[in-house]
Amino acid sequence: MFSYAIRRLLGAVPTIFLIVTAAFFMMRVAPGGPFDQERTLEATVMENLNRTFGLDKPLWEQYAMYLGNLLRGDMGPSFIYRDMRVHEILAEGLPVSMQLGATALVLALVVGSALGTVAALRQNSRTDFAVIAVATFGITVPNFVVAPVLSLVFAVMLGWLPAQGWGDWNQMLLPVIALALPQVAIVARLIRGSMIEALRSDHVRTARAYGLPARMVVVKHALRAAILPAVSYMGPAAAALLTGSIVVEQVFNLPGIGRYFVNGALNRDYTLVMGTVVIVATFVVVFNLIVDLLYAVLDPRVRYD
Amino acid sequence: MTDQTNQDRVFEVDDIHVTFDTPDGKVEAVRGVSLHVDRGETVAVVGESGSGKSQIMMAAMGLLASNGRAVGAVRYRGQNILNLPPGQLNKLRGAKITMIFQEPMTSLDPLYTIEDQLSEPLRVHGGLTRAQASARVLELLRLVRIPDPERRMKSYPYEMSGGQRQRVMIAMALANDPDLLIADEPTTALDVTIQAEILRLLAELQRKLGMSILFITHDLGIVEAFADRVYVMRQGRLEEDGPTARIFHAPATDYTRMLLAAEPEGEKPPVPDSAPVLLQGQDVEITFGKPGGFLSKSNLFKAVKGVDLTLREKQTIGVVGESGSGKSTLGRGLLQLLPAAGRVIYLGRDINGLTRQAMKQHRDGLQMVFQDPYGSLSPRMTVSEIVTEGLLVHEPGLTRKERAARAAQALEDVGLSGAMRNRFPHEFSGGQRQRIAIARAVVLRPRVIVLDEPTSALDRSVQKQVIDLLRGLQEEHALSYIFISHDLAVVRAMSDYVMVMKEGKIVEEGPTAQIFDAPQQEYTHSLMRAAFDLKSLLDAG
Amino acid sequence: MTDTAFTDAAVGGRSLWATAMMRLRRNRAAMASIFVLALLGVLAIFGPPLAPHSYSQVYPEFVKVRPSLAPYPQAEQVIPAAERALSRARVEMGEIVVENGTVHIPISSAREIDPRLARYLERSDIFSGAQVAELSADGKTATVTAEVQQLYFLMGTDANGRDLLARILISLRISLMIGALATAVALVIGVAYGATAGFLGGRIDNLMMRFVDILYSLPFVFFVILLVVFFGRNLVLMFLAVGAVEWLDMARIVRGQTLSLRRREFVQAAEALGVSSGAIIRRHIVPNTLGTVIIYMTLLIPKVILLESFLSFLGLGVQEPLTSLGVLISEGAKNMRNAPFMLFFPAVTMTILLFALNFLGDGLRDALDPKDR
Repeated sequence: MFSYAIRRLLGAVPTIFLIVTAAFFMMRVAPGGPFDQERTLEATVMENLNRTFGLDKPLWEQYAMYLGNLLRGDMGPSFIYRDMRVHEILAEGLPVSMQLGATALVLALVVGSALGTVAALRQNSRTDFAVIAVATFGITVPNFVVAPVLSLVFAVMLGWLPAQGWGDWNQMLLPVIALALPQVAIVARLIRGSMIEALRSDHVRTARAYGLPARMVVVKHALRAAILPAVSYMGPAAAALLTGSIVVEQVFNLPGIGRYFVNGALNRDYTLVMGTVVIVATFVVVFNLIVDLLYAVLDPRVRYD
Repeated sequence: MTDQTNQDRVFEVDDIHVTFDTPDGKVEAVRGVSLHVDRGETVAVVGESGSGKSQIMMAAMGLLASNGRAVGAVRYRGQNILNLPPGQLNKLRGAKITMIFQEPMTSLDPLYTIEDQLSEPLRVHGGLTRAQASARVLELLRLVRIPDPERRMKSYPYEMSGGQRQRVMIAMALANDPDLLIADEPTTALDVTIQAEILRLLAELQRKLGMSILFITHDLGIVEAFADRVYVMRQGRLEEDGPTARIFHAPATDYTRMLLAAEPEGEKPPVPDSAPVLLQGQDVEITFGKPGGFLSKSNLFKAVKGVDLTLREKQTIGVVGESGSGKSTLGRGLLQLLPAAGRVIYLGRDINGLTRQAMKQHRDGLQMVFQDPYGSLSPRMTVSEIVTEGLLVHEPGLTRKERAARAAQALEDVGLSGAMRNRFPHEFSGGQRQRIAIARAVVLRPRVIVLDEPTSALDRSVQKQVIDLLRGLQEEHALSYIFISHDLAVVRAMSDYVMVMKEGKIVEEGPTAQIFDAPQQEYTHSLMRAAFDLKSLLDAG
Repeated sequence: MTDTAFTDAAVGGRSLWATAMMRLRRNRAAMASIFVLALLGVLAIFGPPLAPHSYSQVYPEFVKVRPSLAPYPQAEQVIPAAERALSRARVEMGEIVVENGTVHIPISSAREIDPRLARYLERSDIFSGAQVAELSADGKTATVTAEVQQLYFLMGTDANGRDLLARILISLRISLMIGALATAVALVIGVAYGATAGFLGGRIDNLMMRFVDILYSLPFVFFVILLVVFFGRNLVLMFLAVGAVEWLDMARIVRGQTLSLRRREFVQAAEALGVSSGAIIRRHIVPNTLGTVIIYMTLLIPKVILLESFLSFLGLGVQEPLTSLGVLISEGAKNMRNAPFMLFFPAVTMTILLFALNFLGDGLRDALDPKDR
């Protein structure tokens, strides 16, 4: 399995390369440039700026330069945050996004699995319908609705929690809930479905026929099989959560990396956008790998040799 | 009858009713059945699919689906256990009463090792430590004769064959020295030779350990060889019961008589050597998988290896073999539904490797009927659309009216009313669907039909009707059949020439009587014994 | 269990579609959803022209007014508004009287009164039909009369003083349009691609699906954002982008279905009959994938609407004065402290729309589920 992991990581390099290339050229063929907003600039100043940032060179040369720097771990200078290198900016934001995302991820898995299991065990009961209602709500109502409403109710109207900022545990509460809610809903729905199927399966019938205690039947035999679809769902979801939710960071004014992406794109800050893309692509690739490996651990039938 | 009158009564079902709530209303699967099992006895419950025989056991063991409800009584040593809360039932299940199921492929949890799964009931019921349980597992695997048990303990179910898995299930059932073993069609999914081995093992273990066995099956051959007493069930009710010998020799009801008579009978006289040759296969080979390429291992599997075959007019060649022997693949290869190597000569012309378009003109003469009557009919087409589809291809000049007439005629031929032609496949029973599939083939007036296990998914009584139908059609239309089946009884009744396949090769072939009465090869011999002489096989053990 | 009892055979058959429709009709949530969706569809199509205000009409006098069943202006607004409007005319105002929806303003001036000063009132959103009456002979005193407008803002107005109801109606139109068009784009690409890969099988299938896998591993939302940011905000581009992202799932589903259908015996039976590939796809494969495709389509529409709203929320969506539910929710979020209704109404509309689509999708799934045939 170790060699499989190595092979997969090597296989990821072309994928990331592809993403970087696509993003690089897509941005560059588009009209507009990073200094367009500063309309008052004189032609000579503009030229100077372009020269400092290497924008006067042919596109392929810029591309080669960017790749070279990237391999050395340098993501280049930011065009808007003038005195900062992009990797410095992202190094500040990433821990925030990751802390937020990891908490939401754990919450989603734990609460989602619990809700889904309970609903499946009492299929068509009132509990089941309640879980379905919550899950449907969570899936249906987007987080750009949930986040402002949470902020309105708990911060503005009730005043229980701060509306924005970062640092304190209570500042984390609302963003984490807003971020986790759709994931909780999706996990609950996935687990409920696969759990119902698992509970009807022949091997669970065998476990029951052999008088195993109910808890053992459910946890050991049904849940382990039922959790597999949720695991494969969590791969891309984890990558998305950890690399920051653009909406939640914006609503709660958090210093994560999500906002850099949008701001960077709007301001034509090429290097900043590229940096975010690289980070996100890496996370996606790594988490897909982790999920595949985890799958092999959970299901002995899956072998990577 | 109560427990006072009979100390030996291990298990008793008293007037049980099982109903299911379905979206289409209540369905009564079992309508008042009583039966009992005494100590050391082997009792069979026999019935066709849907007779409710399995549901009685599910109800007794508290395993009914959530929409099922049972009333009546089920007594284990005098104590009513029907509808006990799971906590109390769990003291009996897996300890005093154990079960083995039909599907050895899915009855074991794919995610745990054999040792893990066998240990569970030992530790839960017997309070064994991990080490004790492990030792006992090894002992049990030896008891059910799993080869190399030390290594097999660590295996996962997917690494074992169907027969081995069923042995593991039996080991699990015996783990806590049960009083009663309920076996629900335990050998139905297995090949006949494996089936004989499993039954032999069960009989032997029963002699050694003395538990009672309640055996649920649709297979009368097994019942006759294996059971002391028999209950015959039909549509949720008990038809009759009694000692095995009495039921088989003097059945009391028409239904039982019909079941017994449903064993396929008759034989087909061989065709003269002068009969014209229709279809010939020469050195036919069929290979699956991908050849190795850059960075990838070759993954080739030869399913059919150098088969020769000659089919004459009005002849039926039976191709028998166990699962994986390549018999179905051979049939598909002959009809050019799979790419094959070698020569396939139809009416003097090599059709092997013809393009789709070139092959089209021969298709009306070469037809096929498949095993699964549920899968072989397009679910969104009406019966008349299904039956006339081939006419659109081969006789495009027909008017709609002419086509309808031909379809109606074909349906009449297979014993269905032409009035049903606007209905959809899901509205028919399994036997009726197989008739529709046959009508689809005969409407083109073919010369050769490949019949791929056409009766295997059907109950015995329905099987017999389909066989009679196929025989009649052969007479009437001068058809030739290649009859592929694992069921030796059916093959004997249908064919005049038999080829025995194993691992892609023909191991033996010859006229039916010769193969069945005087098999030359050891493999053929073991097939015959497992199919027709189960009793002596079990007694010998 | 005999096979020969054909006597009860009815002549007409009931197709799987008919059975599915029957099951769907029994599903109350799904039927209610169909009704709600039809209603929303009608509102989206006929709502904007029939609404009392245009979605782009700005009422500077009525910025962020609360939703109310009573007409605006409220009684206490009228006199100050009249004073404000006429103050620019530099005339003396007497006591202003409002009766029967008409305002009477006695005015006097040192100079002669120019009747054109009525325009100052006209310019206000509150008054219409203003005229100078009872002009005295010397032209130095007069009474200005004007109708007081009766403006209904059932859902209030936004931060620019535009009617929220009209804006929700137009945004509903945009959202549904993008949902339908982008889904159609995804559907066409996905079904064609998936069916081709699945039917051809072998190496081509392998290659085509490897390509999909690579696309899957791209952070697509980011690419859509880039696309929209750099190539301008353009409705057509928007649903092309969204549709191009969402076809992947559809391709996978259809390909899987096709692959499994190809292995089904009825397809082999058709091959044995000599039916051509085209006819097999047409008669046997497509009708049997349709159920899944329909189910997936109903679930895709809300996804697409969400994606569009998400982009709009970030300010990357449709351009002013057009709007979409995402834009409205975003504006509502910014103004929720002093005008919570600006968040409430769009959020509720969005929720209702998405719920209805999801319930319908689930209902269709239950009705068409090939498992219980």
